[in-house]
Amino acid sequence: MNVAVAKTGGSRAVSDLFASAEGRLPGSPDVIALRREAFETYERLGLPHRRIEEWKYTDLRALIGEVLPLAAAPDAAALKRAAEAVKAHAIAGARKLVLVDGVFAADLSDVSALASEVSLKTLQEVLANEANAAAGDLLQTTATDAVISLNAAMATDGVVVSVADGTQLSAPIHIIHVATATGASAFTRSHLRIGKNVRATVVESFVAAGKTGGYQINDALILWVGDDADVAHIRLMDDAPDAANITSQFVTVGANVKFNFFNMTTGAAVSRLQGFITLAGEGSELSVNGVNLLQKTEHGDTTLVVDHAVPNCVSRETFRAVIDDRAHSVFQGRIIVRPDAQKTDGKMMTRALLLSDEAEADNKPELEIFADDVSCGHGATAGALDESLLFYLKARGLPEKQAQALLIQAFVGEAIEQIADDGLREHVIGIAERWLERRQ
Amino acid sequence: MALLEVKDLKVRVEEREILHGLTLTVNEGEIHAIMGPNGSGKSTLSHVIAGKPGYEVTDGQILFKGEDLLEMSPDERAAKGVFLAFQYPVEIPGVTTMNFLRTALNAQRKARGESELMVPDFLKKVREVSKSLNIPQDMLKRGVNVGFSGGEKKRNEVLQMALFEPSLCILDEMDSGLDIDALRIAADGVNALHSPKRAMVVITHYQRLLNYIVPDIVHVMSKGRVVKSGGKELALELEASGYAQFEDAA
Ligand SMILES: Nc1ncnc2c1ncn2[C@@H]1O[C@H](COP(=O)(O)OP(=O)(O)OP(=O)(O)O)[C@@H](O)[C@H]1O
Ligand SMILES: [Mg+2]
Repeated sequence: MNVAVAKTGGSRAVSDLFASAEGRLPGSPDVIALRREAFETYERLGLPHRRIEEWKYTDLRALIGEVLPLAAAPDAAALKRAAEAVKAHAIAGARKLVLVDGVFAADLSDVSALASEVSLKTLQEVLANEANAAAGDLLQTTATDAVISLNAAMATDGVVVSVADGTQLSAPIHIIHVATATGASAFTRSHLRIGKNVRATVVESFVAAGKTGGYQINDALILWVGDDADVAHIRLMDDAPDAANITSQFVTVGANVKFNFFNMTTGAAVSRLQGFITLAGEGSELSVNGVNLLQKTEHGDTTLVVDHAVPNCVSRETFRAVIDDRAHSVFQGRIIVRPDAQKTDGKMMTRALLLSDEAEADNKPELEIFADDVSCGHGATAGALDESLLFYLKARGLPEKQAQALLIQAFVGEAIEQIADDGLREHVIGIAERWLERRQ
Repeated sequence: MALLEVKDLKVRVEEREILHGLTLTVNEGEIHAIMGPNGSGKSTLSHVIAGKPGYEVTDGQILFKGEDLLEMSPDERAAKGVFLAFQYPVEIPGVTTMNFLRTALNAQRKARGESELMVPDFLKKVREVSKSLNIPQDMLKRGVNVGFSGGEKKRNEVLQMALFEPSLCILDEMDSGLDIDALRIAADGVNALHSPKRAMVVITHYQRLLNYIVPDIVHVMSKGRVVKSGGKELALELEASGYAQFEDAA
């Protein structure tokens, strides 16, 4: 194998990626210049690989090899297929915002049913509006790595939502990403600005329409949570079993906020959720609960950076992985406590349940503490199902798989219980149960 | 009719033989008591009958209703009517007792080709049985045995027995850890289940339990064998003179 040739081939494919997509990418000339710059950054770095510390367990060069060409804008047939998927994954009472193959689908969304305090634009319309001075900002983020730069370069659409101060949203906002294009990639970037003293629930679902497979998702979410807000954010990644999903989230939390984030990974052959959460206002409580349910040869990576930038905040991260067959689960959790952030209380706990001898769990906790009056810690456990519990259940009539399923449900149940809303919790349990049924 | 026939059973655990040719026949409707010193193999016998992994049967056989029990998985045995009330019931956090009871009952019914029990019928039944056993309803909402006292765990075993209606109940030291009142309640629960079709095997160290659950036959186990069988007066005899005479016999 000639390495030099392979490299040239790779970079040419990448350049084609941008050149052939350019006509589809919204933005004024300034925005396009920004995109080009982002793309050059991506090209220079290439896909992350194991020698890059943050990606050492998730070598995208080995796992996905190359970035697939941009999915075509969905036609009528694609939207029809997407509509079915939306129906199957909808949550009763929630307001749907649907993105199909990276493009906002107004007809599948509940635009007119949104509360009047919620403003909705699409990323496409904001970027295309030359008069909008802030447009370029929507493609910027503080953390830069290759996949984030690629997202900035290639994002075709997304939702730009803001919720006015003081709003009590009774209906969850449900962003549904539907893939209908096999063998293509979709790039989305959404912005959510939650005002002060808002109560809101935001759910994100990633799903495939019917038998769509072999696609790649690169999503970015930028979320601001205003002072005194109480926000639940639930992300359910249930992409096709042979898809890839790389998601980057940037969350800035104000003062006296309650922010509960729950993520569950049940889909995709290769996935990474990287969350960068900054506690920027005092007196806030952050709760992060992650669940990875992996089987076959799936690779699921959850990487979280929680940055305590100010004093007097509490953060709790609980991560649970259920790993079957030859699957590989990765959890990287970094807690940063800035010099001023005294009285920080930050803890993380990871637990892995290994259902097969070949299942693999990697866990990398990091504490970077620059303040002296803090309480921070982390813990981890990994193990198989308890044989004595299994036998008790079997002796009461449960067949092996059902006994296992009950214990697995109990294991992830503690995380799912953190979801306060009954309907949402049932929805999440339903997805976990379907994952259990897929085990043979 | 013979419900359970254990014939010349030899069992090894980790290369060590624990049961050295044990024979025991239990007929429908009978109550048997098994007594014997610590380490004589009583729990081992009950585990092998229930199908616990880790035991190697090197010789002999176990027939249940004429079928080879050793060929069946533990869940198949349960569905056929074998029930072991454990000496040490485990705690299962995250699985509520209610959910566990319903899942187990329906799994057994499904294995027997019966329809699932409707939720209202199930709830009614659980309420009745738990009331008679003095089990508060909120205990059923907790994880299986989680935070239960020793006595509550044992009562939970009897509750399951009443719910699943097995034809063979093996009670392994049901009386250990129970105070006098709890013992009476649990024993009443067991007696209420006694029927001409159902047999009980009561493993105990104490004659006291047998005042409540009166056995037809008492067996003495020593060093992995049944060394003597007799009527209920044998239990009184043991209470008076201890096991020393049998240890020599074994
Ligand atoms: N898993 C095991 N590994 C090794 N030895 C075992 C195991 N289980 C049982 N034994 C041994 O087998 C013998 C019988 O144990 P068993 O628990 O059946 O006795 P028992 O009659 O129920 O005693 P007790 O009255 O104390 O409950 C003991 O010597 C015990 O140490
Ligand atoms: Mg014992």
